[in-house]
Amino acid sequence: MTQLGWAELQFGVTTIFHFFFVPVTIGLSFLIAVLETIYVRTKKPVYRDLAKFWGHLFLINFAVGVVTGLLQEFQFGLDWATYSKFVGDVFGAPLAVEALAAFFLESTFIGAWAFGWDRLSARAHALAIWLVVLGTSLSAFWILTANSWMQEPVGYAISHGKAVMTSFGAVLTNPQLWVEFPHTELAAILTGSFFMLAISAYQIWRKKNVEAFSHSFKVSTIVAAITSVLVIFVGDAQAAHLVKAQPMKLAAAEALWNTSSKHAPWSVVATINAKKHTDPFQIQIPEMLTLLAYKRLSGSVQGINQVQAQMVHRYGPGNYIPPVAVTFYSFRTMIFAGTAMMALAYYALYLLRKKRFIQKTWFLRILTWAIALPYLANSAGWIMTEVGRQPWVVYGLQLTARGVSPEVSVSSLDIELSLMAFIVFYGAMAYAAIHLWKKAIQQGLDPDPDFEQRADEPKDLILGSTGAYD
Amino acid sequence: MWLRELWFVLVGILFTGYFILDGFDYGVGMLHPFINRTDTERRASLSAIGPIWSANEVWLVAAGGALFAAFPIWYATMFSGFYLALILILLGLIVRGVGIEYRSHDKSPKWRAMWDWLIFAGSFLVTALWGMAFANLIRGVPITRHKIYVGNFGTLFNSFSLWAALTFVLVFLVQGGSYLAIKGNPNSRRQGRRMASKMVWPAALVLAIWFIWMDRLPSAAGHVDTVVVLLQGLAVLSLLLGRIASYFTKYGIAFILSSVSIAATTLGQFRILFPRVMVSSINPHFSLTIYNASSVTYTLQIMSVTALIILPIILGYQTWLYWTFRKPVKDEEMGY
Ligand code: HDD
Ligand code: HEM
Ligand code: HEM
Repeated sequence: MTQLGWAELQFGVTTIFHFFFVPVTIGLSFLIAVLETIYVRTKKPVYRDLAKFWGHLFLINFAVGVVTGLLQEFQFGLDWATYSKFVGDVFGAPLAVEALAAFFLESTFIGAWAFGWDRLSARAHALAIWLVVLGTSLSAFWILTANSWMQEPVGYAISHGKAVMTSFGAVLTNPQLWVEFPHTELAAILTGSFFMLAISAYQIWRKKNVEAFSHSFKVSTIVAAITSVLVIFVGDAQAAHLVKAQPMKLAAAEALWNTSSKHAPWSVVATINAKKHTDPFQIQIPEMLTLLAYKRLSGSVQGINQVQAQMVHRYGPGNYIPPVAVTFYSFRTMIFAGTAMMALAYYALYLLRKKRFIQKTWFLRILTWAIALPYLANSAGWIMTEVGRQPWVVYGLQLTARGVSPEVSVSSLDIELSLMAFIVFYGAMAYAAIHLWKKAIQQGLDPDPDFEQRADEPKDLILGSTGAYD
Repeated sequence: MWLRELWFVLVGILFTGYFILDGFDYGVGMLHPFINRTDTERRASLSAIGPIWSANEVWLVAAGGALFAAFPIWYATMFSGFYLALILILLGLIVRGVGIEYRSHDKSPKWRAMWDWLIFAGSFLVTALWGMAFANLIRGVPITRHKIYVGNFGTLFNSFSLWAALTFVLVFLVQGGSYLAIKGNPNSRRQGRRMASKMVWPAALVLAIWFIWMDRLPSAAGHVDTVVVLLQGLAVLSLLLGRIASYFTKYGIAFILSSVSIAATTLGQFRILFPRVMVSSINPHFSLTIYNASSVTYTLQIMSVTALIILPIILGYQTWLYWTFRKPVKDEEMGY
């Protein structure tokens, strides 16, 4: 593999890993804030216990999100130095604002929240977690401002071979941003609610603190039912936006080699022959693609071959076709996972009446396993977004192959070594996080049986710990 | 055109904040397995940094963001150039961050011992490597006329940068000790004081030698002015004054003084660099400067307005955080 190939692989691996944890941070903090607000309102201690339990799982998640995020911040300089020099004038600003406006807020109040159970009043404590929600959502907003600009560059001019910003307002009102951010934010809240729903279902299934976990089952079901629908609506708007913004990505996502008739069908599955530019086998729903793209019953969608010809005309000779099968199947994966989550959420909502879900052990089992769905949908969505944009790193402005760091500074071996190290470290972190999650989930809401001092503690220290300070 | 100067100063301030705040985190991390014998003591010293270590680290994230936005060419050249060093810094930050959060979630002594050593190793590695990185910014690295770094990992190892690594480690140990002296539980406070007092002599000596060395580097010629010398003098002096303050049991003042020392050291380095940001060892004219590595005026204006609005708010709530958790750790309410 080439240096470029390794750099792409490194970016994909580390970013997908970061995005395993980020949506849970955003979504779960929101649900915890809801639980804690209910506690402040009703004063029922069970909600406080629940907030603590979910907070514990949240903090385990957060640690990995933060440290993998650190790498993200520097990754553009590491492997994509030429890209960074080219876009820094535009792209750096949202990143800097993200740190100033979002990360400070979020990390400050997470510290206050995690350590403040006894030092803050109940209201101030609940306010702290709401500020965390604000911080995490702001961080998503600012990083997606950066990402949307790569998808759809706006508010810039090219000067001395660099993209320079001409309008910050345009960068902030980028139409791509205003579909991408709501979709990702909603997807994150859906992820958080499925995380809570799956684990609550597991606890109820094994009859652990059933009463308490029924409350979090209820809250997460309601949130999941709302967001699963919204996420699909916004996703639909995103697909419609692609018609104008990146016709190639949409065509690839549909494996549509040639421009369709006015009544384009939607392929549920297809085999794809990228060499011959055909799909030998397809199962299709009539009219669906036209509907997806235009929200009406007539309209043709441009095919890959036609867009390719236009792009050659515009940007010069070259291959502007992204990996079609990857784009096609990642889009399908996201949609199927999203539909499945919606179905599960509504069935759970139906069962909520009279707590009928407690007896439906088979359904509780399914819900537990459904924890995989949001992870699948998130990764697939990003793979579609990023792979479907290829060969561009900044759509229409810079090719990915032109953005990588110069080989004299960063050799292929450097990237291979560091990728290896990241895989080992990330694997170990994931292992540790899962280990701690399992422990905490087994424990449920019961107090830790052996949290007291360990036997090896010298006596005087135990006494000293309750005594006065020097 | 003073915007570039302003952002040079702001980047300097962000790194200063980072070194002061994460400086004591790293110091505590390095001291942690050595000065604490029992598990309660170890939990106490981690709980002392518990509510704030993550917020402290954001100073680095902000410095990185500011660098990217204001000086994209500096950001790109430095991080692609110092590739493996930065990867090691990140790996160090990863293990120590996860370590601090995860260590006390499992009671197995093996689990805890493993993380104790990883926290130590991560803190040590990060401290030493930042020392080396900053030393090389000043000493100069091979940068071509096209602003491309042509050295390798080995280039970063030289006697000056290794000395800088030693300096950073010793100074951060003092900083960590001084912090524990006011924030730990009774035992870790005692141990923190002891370590800070012990380390302060070698730290001051090594720091002074580093400054003398720095000022005589060819790349520093013509850049060492009165301000630089004053800052360097202040850095050494405040370390020593800190020792006196702790002799008179004014531990809070001792901590402030070691923070002043770190601030003066960092700002002194930026002052020597100015207006360069990375010195080229191939030809001084190839050096990156705030003029040839910066963003356009418009970006800098936008960033300045944003920073001016947000920074006071950040300082406000971070002060609130420190104030809320100002009391030393009590064993009954340890977060970890
Ligand atoms: C829980 C996660 C989740 C779920 C259930 C869905 N998505 Fe999604 N989708 C994402 C999570 C996501 C994402 C990971 O957050 C992406 C990546 C970039 C973005 O904006 O959101 C994404 C991207 C993304 C894009 C690419 C946008 C672009 O490249 O500009 C489209 C067209 C859709 N989605 C459409 C849908 C549709 C029609 C869905 C209907 C079921 C759907 N998504 C469900
Ligand atoms: C929102 C902020 C994001 C930005 C600014 C961003 C930016 C980039 C950049 C610079 C590259 C490297 C160039 C390239 O290979 O095309 C890239 C590629 C990639 N990104 Fe993103 N990305 C973001 C989010 C994500 C997320 C959250 C994921 C996954 C969960 C992701 C998945 C990928 C993948 C898989 C590639 C490799 C594409 C390939 O191999 O062709 N990205 N992205
Ligand atoms: C869609 C993509 C992304 C979203 C929504 C996102 C959001 C977040 C959130 C919510 C956090 C908080 C901590 C946690 O994850 O638990 C975080 C951490 C972080 N993210 Fe991402 N991120 C994305 C991709 C990226 C990319 C591409 C970068 C690179 C610039 C980045 C940089 C960071 C940094 C530096 C942190 C650590 C901040 C801290 O110390 O609190 N993120 N990110």
